[in-house]
Amino acid sequence: MSDRGRDVTKPASIFKQKSPSRPGLPSFWLLLAPLLIVMIAIVAYPFMQTIILSFTDAKLLSGFSKSHWIGFENYGFALTDPDFLAALKRTLYFTATSVGFEAVLGIGVGLLLNQEFYGRTFCRALLVLPWALPTIVNALMWRLIYHPDFGGLNAALTQPGLMENYRSWLGEESSAMNAIIVADVWKNYPIVALIVLAALQNAPKELYEAAKLEGANAWACFKVVTWPAIVAPLGVALVLRSIEALKVFDIIFVMTRGGPASSTKTISFFVYQESFGFNRVGSGASYALITVLVAMVFVGFYVRMLKQSGAQS
Amino acid sequence: MKTTRREFMAFSLALGSLAASASFASAAEIKALFMSQAAYSETDVKAMTASFEAANPGDTVKLEFVPYDGLYDKIVASKAAGASAYDVVLYDVIWPATFAQNEVLQDVTARLDGIDKSQVFDGAWATVTYDKKYYGMPWILDTKYLFYNKEILDKAGIANPPKTWAELAEQAKIIKDKKLVEYPIVWSWAQAEAVVCDYTTITAANGGQFYADGKPAFEQGGSLEAVKYMTESLKSGLSNPNSKEYLEEDVRKVFSAGEAAFALNWTYMYGMTQKPEESKVVGKVGIAPAPGVSGKSEASAVNGSMALGITAGSQNADLSWKYIMHMTAQKTQNQYAQLSLPIWKSSYADAAVSKGQEPVVAAANISIGLMTPRPMVASYPELSAILQAAIQSALTGKESPEAAMAGASEAAARIR
Repeated sequence: MSDRGRDVTKPASIFKQKSPSRPGLPSFWLLLAPLLIVMIAIVAYPFMQTIILSFTDAKLLSGFSKSHWIGFENYGFALTDPDFLAALKRTLYFTATSVGFEAVLGIGVGLLLNQEFYGRTFCRALLVLPWALPTIVNALMWRLIYHPDFGGLNAALTQPGLMENYRSWLGEESSAMNAIIVADVWKNYPIVALIVLAALQNAPKELYEAAKLEGANAWACFKVVTWPAIVAPLGVALVLRSIEALKVFDIIFVMTRGGPASSTKTISFFVYQESFGFNRVGSGASYALITVLVAMVFVGFYVRMLKQSGAQS
Repeated sequence: MKTTRREFMAFSLALGSLAASASFASAAEIKALFMSQAAYSETDVKAMTASFEAANPGDTVKLEFVPYDGLYDKIVASKAAGASAYDVVLYDVIWPATFAQNEVLQDVTARLDGIDKSQVFDGAWATVTYDKKYYGMPWILDTKYLFYNKEILDKAGIANPPKTWAELAEQAKIIKDKKLVEYPIVWSWAQAEAVVCDYTTITAANGGQFYADGKPAFEQGGSLEAVKYMTESLKSGLSNPNSKEYLEEDVRKVFSAGEAAFALNWTYMYGMTQKPEESKVVGKVGIAPAPGVSGKSEASAVNGSMALGITAGSQNADLSWKYIMHMTAQKTQNQYAQLSLPIWKSSYADAAVSKGQEPVVAAANISIGLMTPRPMVASYPELSAILQAAIQSALTGKESPEAAMAGASEAAARIR
C-alpha cells in the first residue's frame, strides 16, 4: 500500500513543484499515456514481434500461430550463408562509397552556395530538386540514362569519341553497382549540402577576418574556422545517410533487381526475399535484425567520432 | 443544443444509409488481379470484363494490373494480411504447389465436374493441378517461340529458319559476318524469371533433367549444355550483350526496331510486331517453334501458361467463378486470340481464330504438345532465384558454366 502510494506521488510531486497552483491536474504519466500507447502500438509492439519471430520458423502464408521456437537457427543460417555475407560486403561498399561522395560533394556545393554571386538564390532552390524527387522516379530516370540502346550516357560518351561502343552499364557486373551509386549520390548529396550550408551561416565572420589578417590561406581558413563550424551538423547528416544507405532497397530493386549475377543484391533484398518470396517470415525477421545491428555499429562509430571531434574543438 | 442533436441524428442516418449502400454494392462486386506485361493486353482484359458486366447487370469487377513480377507478391501479401484483397487472381504455372500447400486458392475440383477436360490442352491443365486437385481454370496457354526477321534472312541467303540450336548459331554467324545487324540474336536474360524460361527451353531441347535420383543436377547433361550454349552465344558476339539486362518487352522493342534477326519470346510478340505504330518490321516477321538438338529433339518449348483462381478468402466465390468461366470461355478466347491463343483444342481449327496469324497457329500446333514444365517443387520461387543468379554468373563470365551450375545444385540442396 505504502509502495503504491510512493510510486504515484513521486512523479506527481515533481509536477506539482512546477505548477503548485493547479493541484487538480493528473500525473504526467497520465498526460504522456496517449503518446506512449501510440508509440507502444506502432513501434514497440512490432519491434518485439520481429524479435520473437526471428527465433521461430514462422511462415508468412500459414499464419504465425503454427510456428515453432527454433532458437538461433535463423541467425546461424544467415551468418553462414555465403550469399548473405557477400551481400553484406556489397552493402558496406555501397554505403561507404555513396556516403563518402555525398559528403565531399555536399561540402563542396555547400561552400560554393555560401559565396555571394548572381543567381545564388535560384541555385539554392535548384539544389533541392534531386532530393525532392521520389526514389522510384529517380531510379527510373537513371535507368533511362543508362539504357544500353537509347540511353543518354552512351550517346554523350560516344559522340565526342570518349567511348567507342555503347555499353550495358547496368548489365555488366563491373559497372552496375557503381552506376547505381552515381544515381544515389546525385539524389542524396543535396541534403548534405543543405545542412552544410545552414551550418556555414553560423560560422563567425570575424574569425575569417582575423585568420586573413594573420595571413592564413584558404586551406588554413577551412581547417581552422569552417571545419569546426560544420563538423557536428555534417556528422548528423552522415549518420542519417549511412543508416539510409545500409537499408538501401528501392533504387536497386527498380534499376537492376539485384542483378547482374546478384552483383547489386544488398542485405535488404534478403529481408524482402525471405519474407515475401520464400514465405519464411521468421528467417526474414532475423535478416532484418542483422541489418539493424549493422546500422547500430555504424551509429556507434559516428557518435564516438563526433564526441572526439567535439572534445578537440 | 437541440439543433446539434438533430444534426447528429441526420449525420448518423446518412452514415447508416451509406454503410447499407456500401454493403449492398459489395454483394455484387468482385476484385480481380491481372498482369500487364505479355499475353492479353490491359485493353483486352478491360473489354472482356465489360462484356461480362453487360451480360450480368448489377455485378461489377474491379480490375487491378501489375507487372508480372508484382503478381506473386500481391497474392501472397494479401493472403498474409488475413482477409483477401482480391477475389480472382491470375497466377503462373510455377506457383500451384506453393499456393495449394498454403491454402491461398480455393479448391474448385467440384466446380469443374461439368467441364469436358479433354477439350483443353494438357499443358494448360498442368497450370491448375496439384495433388490431383484443381485450383482454378487455365486462361493463358503460352510458350516461347523463335521469331525471325524474314528480310534479314533473305539478304543473308538463308532459305529456312533454323531447326536446331546449332543451326541458329550458324545462321547468326552468317548474318553477323555479312554485317546485316551487329548482334543477330536477342534474349530476355535479366536476373528474372524470364531467363529461367529460356534456360528451360534449351534444356528441354537437349533432353536435360533438373533432378537426378531426387537430387538437384543442374550441372549435368542437358541443363549444363543449355547454359554452355547461352554463354557461348554471348561470348561469340552472336547474341546482343544487353540481353543480360533485358526482359521480354526489351526483346520486343529491339526486334521490332529491326536490330535483331532472331528472338525468343511469347506469342504476344507476333501481334505486336504487326502494329505499324509499334514496329518497323510489319510483314517481315516469321515465327517457328523454338529449335531442337539433332539426335535429341525436333523442337522445344517451355510451359508458360497461366490460370485464373479464386482466393481462399473470397466472400464471393460463386460470382468469381462465373467471371472466370466468362474469361476462359471458348467464345471469349476466340474473340481475343490476337495476343494469346485459346486453351481450347478445337479453336486451332477455327478459321476466325487463325485469320491473320496462320504462322502462329502453325507453330503453336507443334510447340503446345512439347511444353516442358520448369521444376515442380513447392519452394519454386527460391529455386528460381538460385537458378537466375547462377545462370547470370555464367553469362557474365564471373564463373564457368560448370562451376555456376554446380553452385546452383549445392544451393538448391540447401533450401530449407
